[in-house]
Amino acid sequence: MTLKQTPLNAAHRTMGAKMVDFGGWDMPVNYGSQMDEHHQVRRDVGMFDVSHMRTVDIKGGDVRAFLRYLLANNVDKLQFSGKALYSCMLRPNAGVIDDLIVYFMDEQWFRIVVNAGTADKDVAWMKEQAAKVAPSLTLTPRMELAMVAVQGPNAREKVWQVLPQTKAATSELQAFQAADCGEYFIARTGYTGEDGFEIILPASKVESFWKALHQAGVAPIGLGARDTLRLEAGMNLYGQDMDETINPLEAGLAWTVDLKSERDFIGKAALLANPPTHKMVGLVLQDRGVLRGHQVVHTAAGEGEITSGSFSPTLNLSIAMARVPRDVQVGDVVQVAIRDKMLAAKVVKYPFVRNGKGLI
Amino acid sequence: MSNPTNLKYTASHEWIKTEADGTITVGITQHAQELLGDIVFVESPAVGRNVTAKEECAVVESVKAAADIYAPVSGIVVVGNSALDSTPELINSEPYAAWIFKMKPSNMADVNSLMDAAAYQAHVNSEAH
Repeated sequence: MTLKQTPLNAAHRTMGAKMVDFGGWDMPVNYGSQMDEHHQVRRDVGMFDVSHMRTVDIKGGDVRAFLRYLLANNVDKLQFSGKALYSCMLRPNAGVIDDLIVYFMDEQWFRIVVNAGTADKDVAWMKEQAAKVAPSLTLTPRMELAMVAVQGPNAREKVWQVLPQTKAATSELQAFQAADCGEYFIARTGYTGEDGFEIILPASKVESFWKALHQAGVAPIGLGARDTLRLEAGMNLYGQDMDETINPLEAGLAWTVDLKSERDFIGKAALLANPPTHKMVGLVLQDRGVLRGHQVVHTAAGEGEITSGSFSPTLNLSIAMARVPRDVQVGDVVQVAIRDKMLAAKVVKYPFVRNGKGLI
Repeated sequence: MSNPTNLKYTASHEWIKTEADGTITVGITQHAQELLGDIVFVESPAVGRNVTAKEECAVVESVKAAADIYAPVSGIVVVGNSALDSTPELINSEPYAAWIFKMKPSNMADVNSLMDAAAYQAHVNSEAH
């Protein structure tokens, strides 16, 4: 199978990236030391090619009503242009089809950004639902757009240095807000637990933008560090921490599900009918070793499983997110089966790290 | 960095140094540490453990993956390198100095039949294609 390439493929290779097959995409896993790249983002600034993610524009008169029904979070929370919301999109049985960010631009236009690996099924599902309840809407996957995340305490300054014309429109943006600056759609969002921007721009412009950022001192960061950064930040990874067999209440995403309002949405009835038996917690390994996905967690309340685990470069110890029985409590010490040993881990609340600082 | 010519090598990317006292020292190659990336944890085998050739006997974990280390020949484990408990990254910076364990082979002839540096380099090149 031929791997799909983003418009930055050649630039990654020029910068010495080690390329891997990431869900069918030929992507950089690191350019040198993954550990150095991780610290670079926490301490200064780094850039990620996330052009494999897909932007979908939904336009038409009844777009808000459609999204109110399509998404588990409530788009009525979006009351001014550029405001963003994180949400799951569910099957009727409440399994998570994908997690996404939806931006309210105007009453005729909402923008959604979905994961790469799920993009085709997401768009098919959205179109299927729209055909049933809002046939006049247009859903347009913007295949001609690329996306770059610039993250770290100095990220915004670097973006303004490279795109000075966008500074006026973006300097007042708060977290989870975006501005449409013509060719550059700039959102104060990210997947690292650091400040920064995600910039959606024409694919034809992305290589020069990437090189200009590099000239300005922004280091390229691979998907390896992206994963340890998001794990420290306690952010779910689709396909690992949740998928169609898990509902958001058991994936640590209850805060993104609006069950209070009167509105109906796809998956609501199943969520109300099935109170959660499991929950997500953080684990910090007390013994020497490395926590990894799929390791079994033994607790006084029954067995659980690590969904994401790794070594935390910021904390210099091993951390994990785990799905465990509901009665497990923060402060409990549990046992994790690693090869032929049982190692002790402490149950904590995550995030583990925010804005460069350890929280545990 | 080229592979030292005074060492022997395995297809699973361990290097082996024969010591004057009849023991061998085992580590992982430059190529292996490069594939693994930043190493954060090493579990060396228990002292006194009997191992057979190609048996999993130690584990090296990087940020991104865990890798088994195999006994290059049959024998008995003499000692593990405790310096790697606190500084596992030495394997990245000095792969041919940061040894993982020492063992006493049951039969020294087994060691002599392992790959030399040139044969190992050819093996690495063939894996790249």
